[in-house]
Amino acid sequence: MLACALVSLIVVFLIGLFILREGLPAFSEVGVTALLFGRVWRPQQGMLGIWPMIAGSVMVTLGAILLGVPVSLGSAVFLAEVAPNWMREIVRPAVELLAGIPSVIYGLFGMIVLVPWVRTTFKVPGNTGYNLLSASIVLAVMILPTVTSVSEDAIRSVRREHKEGSLALGATKWQTIWGVILPAARSGITAAVILGIGRALGETMAMIMVIGNSVIVPSPLNANPLTIFLRQARTLTGNIAVEISYATGLQEHALFATGVVLFVLIMLVNSVARLLLKERAA
Amino acid sequence: MMERLFAMRSRVGAESAETPRDQHAATHLRRRRFVQNVAFGLMWLAGLVGVVVLVAVVGYVLWSGGSVINWEFLTTPPRGGLAGEGGISTTIVTTLYLVGLTLAIATPLGVGAGIYLVEYAGEMESRSRFVRWLVIVARFGVETLAGVPSIVFGLFGYALFVVAMQFGFSLMAASLAGASLILPVIIRTTEEALKAVPRSYREGSLALGATKWQTIWQVVLPAAGPGIITGVVLGVGRVISETAVFYVTLGGSASVPTSLLEGGRTMALHVYYLAMDTRAFDRSMGTGAILVLVIVVINATINIMSRRYVKRMMGNV
Repeated sequence: MLACALVSLIVVFLIGLFILREGLPAFSEVGVTALLFGRVWRPQQGMLGIWPMIAGSVMVTLGAILLGVPVSLGSAVFLAEVAPNWMREIVRPAVELLAGIPSVIYGLFGMIVLVPWVRTTFKVPGNTGYNLLSASIVLAVMILPTVTSVSEDAIRSVRREHKEGSLALGATKWQTIWGVILPAARSGITAAVILGIGRALGETMAMIMVIGNSVIVPSPLNANPLTIFLRQARTLTGNIAVEISYATGLQEHALFATGVVLFVLIMLVNSVARLLLKERAA
Repeated sequence: MMERLFAMRSRVGAESAETPRDQHAATHLRRRRFVQNVAFGLMWLAGLVGVVVLVAVVGYVLWSGGSVINWEFLTTPPRGGLAGEGGISTTIVTTLYLVGLTLAIATPLGVGAGIYLVEYAGEMESRSRFVRWLVIVARFGVETLAGVPSIVFGLFGYALFVVAMQFGFSLMAASLAGASLILPVIIRTTEEALKAVPRSYREGSLALGATKWQTIWQVVLPAAGPGIITGVVLGVGRVISETAVFYVTLGGSASVPTSLLEGGRTMALHVYYLAMDTRAFDRSMGTGAILVLVIVVINATINIMSRRYVKRMMGNV
């Protein structure tokens, strides 16, 4: 049974081993800097820079955090402090079910409903609807359950004495939430947001379906810098999924290198979140 | 500071109830109440967003996909290649195969690991430093695995099972990769379920002279059964809704695999192929509607089961 317990460790080890083994040739042949910061991805001509995908992943995650975190925190506070019981009985299962909806369904809904909406709402030349904004909206919904439930736990675990002390001093319920509970739950909420970032970076299928997948470093469509979100992009995850089944040789190695970058990024993000949560528990 | 100034002024001022201080306090309170109402309004809105989005997505998919669903859709295989005609029968069968295989691999491993970590790890740790180290590392493995994004599982499955072990794009490769994906889910729920079994059960059984293993097998596991099954059902849901892993390990052939070494496509993959490759959006929606229905049913099952389980545990403690 110890063997069973070690299986996950072995799998982690194998994942690391195989992805590194297949990815390292790309690092050595293309060069670390050229691979990570190269702005051109043209596998046929041996140009294998994944910077556009790094930028795409970062931008779409940023968009999802900007859109999703305020709503998620709001609903966490709502569930923990504000909602009457009957309402909580509706909202919590709904949020849980949101987490269970397959990502292809979000992608499909995005393609059919969101993309046309984004295309017709923002009338900017070059806006196809398949862009960072659509992807960010989809992703914001997908991280909502994670961020909501982890921050709700953090809010609930604030000691009662803090809350009661504040109320006894004559603060209103909202002043107590804003001035006492949220600051006390800060590290847990930060962990929730970071876990959300981890989820966002790892999402694949829904991103392929709505982000357009063109390999360019996102830049604004016109003088308004916000139109950068109307630009097509490709994520690290999408790069792997779109090309792996037909890639060979150096291109295949470069895709594994993309996986290494993704793996390292997410491990970093998750360990920060884990540290924060441990710190709070201690 | 302002507060104190007002307080001083009111002390100097008249004795009547309507001192400036009272007035100040009243407007202050009114403002605070106003701010609270606005803030709570926003919280309600935020809380409703989840519900509204869920109803919109599920409602839209069921409503617009429902129109293509009929008996024929469910019982005929996909045909017409890029035209995306036909039904989804083969994808349902492939999904069932994949779920069965993946769970057959992941359940024993996951439950075994959970039992070890909860029931044995503690006492083993105190016996040897090496085992203590192993347990710490094993826990680290579970935590890390739970955070790995699914496309990385796919990449790993592709490199190890599809290419290195020469399974090709096949049920075998996909279910091994899928099992790695759901392993942490099953381990964690098993751990939770075992931890929820009261100590007194174990102590009672041991006091009656049962061995550790008899206690676990005949007392602890039956008591934790529903919790463990919840984990397995969660795993079923993950496999049914997962796409990225199987996209790079299962191939995508529309026929039913006749051996472990043949590929196929699950319902979720079918949704993707129809939407992205053939643009047969109506059929994609139809498949999506079935998928959503299955997920809703699975979620409801889990909720009912865990609620009953909690009630039973509470009742017995």
